[in-house]
Amino acid sequence: MSDKPHLDEEALAELQDVMEDEFDVLIQTYLADSRDRIRSLREALKANDSDAFIKTAHSFKGSCVNIGAPRLGELSLNAEMAGKESRLEEAQALLDAIDEEFRQVTQRLESLLVG
Amino acid sequence: MDDAVAEHRPLRILIADDSDSDRLILKTLLKRLGHEVLDASNGLDAVSLFRQDAPDLVLLDALMPVMDGMEAARQIKSLAGERLVPLIFLTSLSEAGALARCLEAGGDDFLEKPYNRTIIEAKINAFNRMRLMHQALSDQRDLIRERNRQLTEEQEIAKRVFDNVAHSGCLDASNIRYHASPHSIFNGDVLFASPRPAGGMLIFMGDFTGHGLPAAIGAMPVAEIFYGMASKGFNGQDVLREINQKLRRILPTGMFCCGAMIEADFKRNQIQVWNGGLPDGWLIRSSGDRLALPSQHLPLGILVSDRFNAEFQRFGAGPGDCLMMMTDGFLEAADSSGNVFGEQGVADALAHPGNCEHPFDAMMSAVYRFTGGVKDGDDLTLCCLEMSNQAGFSALPDRAVPSSLAGPAEWRCSYEIREQTLGEFNPLPLLLHICMEVPGLRRRSGEIYTLLAELYNNALEHGVLELPSEWKRSPEGFGRYYLERKRRLGNVEGHYIRFTLHHSLKPGGGRLRVECEDSGQGFDVQCHPGATSGAHPEGRKRYAGRGLLLLKRLSESVSFHERGNHVEIVYDWHVSGAAANPGDVAR
Repeated sequence: MSDKPHLDEEALAELQDVMEDEFDVLIQTYLADSRDRIRSLREALKANDSDAFIKTAHSFKGSCVNIGAPRLGELSLNAEMAGKESRLEEAQALLDAIDEEFRQVTQRLESLLVG
Repeated sequence: MDDAVAEHRPLRILIADDSDSDRLILKTLLKRLGHEVLDASNGLDAVSLFRQDAPDLVLLDALMPVMDGMEAARQIKSLAGERLVPLIFLTSLSEAGALARCLEAGGDDFLEKPYNRTIIEAKINAFNRMRLMHQALSDQRDLIRERNRQLTEEQEIAKRVFDNVAHSGCLDASNIRYHASPHSIFNGDVLFASPRPAGGMLIFMGDFTGHGLPAAIGAMPVAEIFYGMASKGFNGQDVLREINQKLRRILPTGMFCCGAMIEADFKRNQIQVWNGGLPDGWLIRSSGDRLALPSQHLPLGILVSDRFNAEFQRFGAGPGDCLMMMTDGFLEAADSSGNVFGEQGVADALAHPGNCEHPFDAMMSAVYRFTGGVKDGDDLTLCCLEMSNQAGFSALPDRAVPSSLAGPAEWRCSYEIREQTLGEFNPLPLLLHICMEVPGLRRRSGEIYTLLAELYNNALEHGVLELPSEWKRSPEGFGRYYLERKRRLGNVEGHYIRFTLHHSLKPGGGRLRVECEDSGQGFDVQCHPGATSGAHPEGRKRYAGRGLLLLKRLSESVSFHERGNHVEIVYDWHVSGAAANPGDVAR
């Protein structure tokens, strides 16, 4: 489905370098933030609010690529595009894929945490 | 400001992003680079932080809840006013239209996600340099604006001082029309006019090299000399010589004054012109005939005194004839495409005056038409003097403050000028000065000067030089008269003119007796048409009839002694007001 890796090791190494002691905080923040966004996506889809769906997917994509989760970023982009092109039936399938990928990413990121 | 230091000063940077993790990354990155970071999670908070802490640079996410990045950008740019606050959008937008909207809202650039440390640092440095350059330019502009305000203020003060010294004299006389910008003195243009004590006028137009205060400073001594000497009865030549000598001494090399002096004598219907470096002047006859008066001399302030030629061109000019002078600014007046009015413009305006009756109006309307309206602060100076019978007797403003010292009352003096000095020195200002020591005579300087001038000119031109006054009645004879006058002045060996002044007090006033003797042949007093009632038409006309009548009108008595080369006049003055006694005179 996608040839992008779950995590971008190089990007994460750079983030570790930049964040130093705050790397753990960053990861926790990202994970909490992402859970909120995925919940928002579901609610928007349920309410058939395509505008909220597109915006949330867009922002989610940004934070995914920044943290070094390119495959999740790509799925978010696909969700954003589906929203823009009013293919909401596809959106449901994409959301399920996002859920699954987020589980993968969470597992891998948590393994990086010191604590 | 030292830019090298300023460029590396930590910046205060505002970031706004609703993604907590992105904000954390960016904030940490910027802090590691040494900057101070303010952060907000929506546009509204960003605007209020901006208002409160005035950051140097702003990084904004485009899509945010509550207030999005576009609206925040608009408000921040508006709050920043003239200050340049670089505003960079943080975006993962890739659609061209969306990016364009970010720029329209006031964004200066983009930063794409994922963030790249190197690019962020490079962009922040680039925008900081731009910000500092803008700040430097704004500071410079403010400084220039302030200096300019200061300069204008100083000029206003200077102008008030100049206006007291370099006032316009009698430029408001009915026979003078002129145009000069209110600040013309700072373009280096000056225009002065003064009535002469015996009637007639002196007008000086000058154009100093340069602009601003340096150009205006030269105007001060010129005005002092001009008004001081003109009111004491010095003629145009004397005034010019003095101005030239003064300017040569005080002006730095390369600075000088193009100028023209006009001396008008309305009684003798004569006008004299000296033009040193100004554009052609014009003598415009009431008949419409025109005569150009090109510059024949170097400007003032260049030649040393003994090489300076103050010789005037002299013309007969009667009522209705006009003399016009202008400064360079007139020829240089330009239209919108940069073409100049030029000598051709002047010639055309004078040749085709249209509906304008007065050449002054013809010139002004032509230059207005040409330039499409003369702007404020132009450096056009134009002056037109009309020969007029009344003008000569316009009241002489009595600027001299009467001395509080009692002047001499009983005195006598004799003054004789001899041989070549007759052609080189004008004794009238000196003689007038002696008489003006008597307080009671001071307010009569015009009459005294007229008497002295009539006696002196008569003794010199008719007595010593034996020039026949009839010559002056025709234009050809006029030129011949003055050529001959100059020639004969070179041959005055053994000749003299002697003035004897005698003053004494009388009840209620005083009496001035003036005797004027010359070394000439004299004339048959009995035969002079004005001297006796039994006029003899063939008599030698020592006096032009008009001159003698003037002497008679102004004085108590005129008498001729010896062979007619010794004239004596008696001039009485009275204390004005009732019951005066000699004690009042001295006050």
